[in-house]
Amino acid sequence: MESQNLYLPYLMRIEKITNEAPFVKTFRLKFVNEEESTAFNFRTGQFGEYSVFGEGESTFCIASAPTRLGYIECTFRQAGRVTTSLANCDEGDVIGFRGPYGNIFPIDEWKGKNLLFIAGGIALPPMRSVIWNCLDLRENYKDVTILYGARSVADLVYKNELEEWKNRPDVKLVTTVDPGGETPGWKGEIGFVPTILDKMVPSAENTIAIVCGPPVMIKFTFPVLAKMGFPDDMIYTTLENRMKCGIGKCGRCNVGKVYVCKDGPVFTLAELKKLPAEY
Amino acid sequence: MDSLNGTGKIIMAPVRKGKLVELEPVNSSGEIAFDAMLTTQSAKKTTFPRWEKVMEYEQLQKGINPKEVDLDTLPELILFGIRPCDASGFRSLTAIFNWDSADQLYLKKLEKTTIVSFACHTADEYCFCTSVEGGPGNTANSDIQFTRVNDDNFLVEILTEKGQALAASFSGLLSDPAQLPDKMQFLADVPIVFDLKTVTGKATANFEHPTWLQQSYRCIGCGACAYVCPTCACFDIQDEHLIRKGVRLRLWDSCGFSLFTLHTSGHNPREVQSHRWRQRIMHKFSYMPERLNITGCEGCGRCSRACPVDMNIKEHLITIAEL
Repeated sequence: MESQNLYLPYLMRIEKITNEAPFVKTFRLKFVNEEESTAFNFRTGQFGEYSVFGEGESTFCIASAPTRLGYIECTFRQAGRVTTSLANCDEGDVIGFRGPYGNIFPIDEWKGKNLLFIAGGIALPPMRSVIWNCLDLRENYKDVTILYGARSVADLVYKNELEEWKNRPDVKLVTTVDPGGETPGWKGEIGFVPTILDKMVPSAENTIAIVCGPPVMIKFTFPVLAKMGFPDDMIYTTLENRMKCGIGKCGRCNVGKVYVCKDGPVFTLAELKKLPAEY
Repeated sequence: MDSLNGTGKIIMAPVRKGKLVELEPVNSSGEIAFDAMLTTQSAKKTTFPRWEKVMEYEQLQKGINPKEVDLDTLPELILFGIRPCDASGFRSLTAIFNWDSADQLYLKKLEKTTIVSFACHTADEYCFCTSVEGGPGNTANSDIQFTRVNDDNFLVEILTEKGQALAASFSGLLSDPAQLPDKMQFLADVPIVFDLKTVTGKATANFEHPTWLQQSYRCIGCGACAYVCPTCACFDIQDEHLIRKGVRLRLWDSCGFSLFTLHTSGHNPREVQSHRWRQRIMHKFSYMPERLNITGCEGCGRCSRACPVDMNIKEHLITIAEL
């Protein structure tokens, strides 16, 4: 029976825990109730409210691709009360999940275009969903380029998948770490993401740029893309405002007339420029 | 009151509690503060309580058992003697809780509530309902409205089916005079002090104006304005864990609190009080009108009366209209 209660979470069992980086973990989650699993679907870019009962809820994207069926994944950094409780969970434990919420990356509209993914640090997870979604439908897109940077080599997440993307002939992957964050054997670039992007000089011709990262990275990346001729409506990003309800009621993620949880989290730069800078 | 008691519904009415007047359950008319201009807190707590359970859970030997809150056996309420601004405040709350998805935690409570408002025959300098499309005799969202004619007689307007059903319980007290008196003469005089569309237009156009900073210098971010407001609906969700079981609660919150938008990283999108004051006004007078086609203010003036540093929203809105 459909619940009347918008706040009642699904029960999810932690199937697998992957340690990605210091304090960063990925959970693979499966529905405890098989019927809910069958009825559930989401699209790339959407997010959810993950909860440890007794501790509260926390908002992250769904980091897996909708093309990978039967489970969802989330990646989070242990930072506050809820994420610390999550980090203390073991495989087999049951947590709560509400979702999927929010809008999507319009990947159908991107068919026939080149894709340029630019991510920093812990912001690769939302992009990982859309990267795998597009790679699983590889014939729909032309060149796929991924630029990913983190503070240090240890802070790079999804190390196995980075290796996989590096070895794929149909993906161009550039990884970078901040100056001082390299290890003796580091073979990637050294420098901040906007600097490396500037050196790469990607063509803006028929290309969508998707940018996710800490506010300071985003701030310095947009001008580089503008210099290369990317129009504002070809640049996509996600906003990470604090949320509680996820369904446009609690007021917390309100920016201008927009609710990030309903109208976002995915926005084009053109849309962002119409909003007050309260994000 | 005897007739209403006979309905088996819980009657909530203004009751004096020391210096305050609060909406409380009553059993007899003697308990009701009919002379009070306005309750200290708004009537929103009846459908959107200061805290309420959104779910409960039990820890089992293996796993966890979340439990729904029972929304089908809620008590039926009569709000008796609330003011027109409180009654129409439910319009804003409904707009918020019922846009896009239907929040039954709120809607079911409203469904079980019959609103008997009393038109205002007094007002004070903080009242400005007439400037936000309300008025001392506004019937919006009331099921029945009483207007005091003299010590013995009221003009009774039965406005909805719910009102009709309730009025049946006291039909013996009603008579149908050949000529109805003009309601206006019994109402408080509340002058219009600004043009609402001008406030909306000026607020929207002046996001970067220094007036927000000037107006908010005094604000200490205590959130009292949001707590007494009949339309403020921002909330928090928190868990409370007892032994082997617990509850998830929805609690009133305020955009005026510095923690409201604070990220775990330390980044705060509205990092100073002037941003938060601007958000409060913009949400009510710009974003809600555009998004939900309704103004998030009833002009009750409670926020100004409750403000410990005497920020007067009426004066501030007049200033904004004059930008």
